[in-house]
Formats: sequence, structure tokens, C-alpha cells
Amino acid sequence: MRISEIITTLGAEVLTEGADTSREVHAACGSDMMSDVLAYVKDQGVLITGLTNPQVVRTASMMDMVCIVFVRGKRPDNTVLQLAEEFGIIVLATQHTMYNTCGMLYEKGLHGGNNTAQ
Amino acid sequence: MPNIHMHYVVPGDDFTRAGEASADLKARLKKLGMPSDAVRKVAIALYEGEINLAIHAGGGEIEVQVFPDKVEMTLTDTGPGIPDIDLAMRAGWSTAPDEVRSLGFGAGMGLPNMKNYADDFEIESEVGVGTRVFMRVNVA
Repeated sequence: MRISEIITTLGAEVLTEGADTSREVHAACGSDMMSDVLAYVKDQGVLITGLTNPQVVRTASMMDMVCIVFVRGKRPDNTVLQLAEEFGIIVLATQHTMYNTCGMLYEKGLHGGNNTAQ
Repeated sequence: MPNIHMHYVVPGDDFTRAGEASADLKARLKKLGMPSDAVRKVAIALYEGEINLAIHAGGGEIEVQVFPDKVEMTLTDTGPGIPDIDLAMRAGWSTAPDEVRSLGFGAGMGLPNMKNYADDFEIESEVGVGTRVFMRVNVA
């Protein structure tokens, strides 16, 4: 799925400058616990979260993720967005809840990938 | 690939800055052309270590040695130390305060994650003196 399709599906707003929304992503994960993202994520390109601190961007960057979706209408401050731009990560904001955001993207074919806990 | 030595200081009073060292190291290793799997393992292991230094130890220092076939990282602090290392290594065991959990950490996955991503992991700690963690990631 292209990032542009995520934007359309969620009615999301793009918060980072110069974002290449034609980039393709193949899997996503949703979590507010960054430790779990670091433990279990493998090739998920999209992080869906309600946390807006800089460690969310750092975690996504460590995992080579290309897009962060902030749910429930949350918006990070500018330092967080600047950090994302520095790492080349596209940041989106949607009004939908975490559960609905995940469901809407899953329905469109963006699944969780192979990331069992073992 | 030339042998490289890096030294980082992790501040203890600013959680938002934890991760700067691993981001810097990740960028450098990428630039050197190291395989992305190895770069990711190094970055994640060191990032968890930085978070630990910031949360538990009031900061600390990181020494990194980059060789063509491996990356070695040593994290040292003069924090409170770990009374029971076996317990601290257990996934889900945490002594992090609630404020850390509200930032997305403190789930008791830090040390287990570091051990998981590193090919060699050693930890020694003395209560009241500090903790030293050594990690080696092999470059395939």
C-alpha cells in the first residue's frame, strides 16, 4: 500500500514537510509501548500510536520504519516533527482511534506482517 | 571497512535525548556500507541501553569499537546497580516509574531485548557502584 492510500483511507493530515507519499509499505503495527515495538517488530513500515514524544520517532527510526500515524487527533510538537524529517519519516495524524485506524488499514490490505512474539 | 572507535555520553536528566548515540552510530554504520540487518541489531541494542542509562542510572558512557566483522559496545554507569541480575533479565520485570511507562518504556523488555539482539551479551553490576554491559554484534 502506498502512503498516499493510507492518507486517503484515514482522512489523515500530513504533518511533515516534503513527504514522498508514493512510498510503498507492506506491513504495519499499532502500539503505545515502544519496548514492544523494539522487541517484536521486524519489517513493518508503519507505526500507529497515540504517544507523541520524541522516543516514538527514535523507535521508528531504529526499526527502519518510514511512516508514523498518530491517532485520536493527537499532534506532536515541532521538535518531534523536525526529528522525523531528519530521519526521513513521514508523519500523519488522524482523528480515528487506534482500533479503528488499524481496522481500516487492515481492511484495505495493510496487514501486520509476520511478527509473532517468538 | 576501517576500525572505528566512538565514545558517547548519555545525559541522565533528559529522557528526550536518549537515542542520540544510537542514531548517530546507526547513520555512521550505514554510511560505511554495513549490512542493514547488522546495523539494525546494533542500533536497537544500543538504543535500549541508552534508555536504560537515562531511566535507571542517571546517565552513563558508551564505548563503541567497529571492526569489519563485528561491533562491540560497552555501556558503563555509576548508578544504583542491579541487586538481582537474573530477575532484571526476565522479560516483563520492571522497576521503572510510572512516568517512564507513560512515555512508552518500562515494560521490562530492555535488557531481554539487548540480549536478544546482541550475539554476545555480558552484564555485571554492583549495588551502589554501578553497572557495566558489554554487547557484541557480529557482521555476517
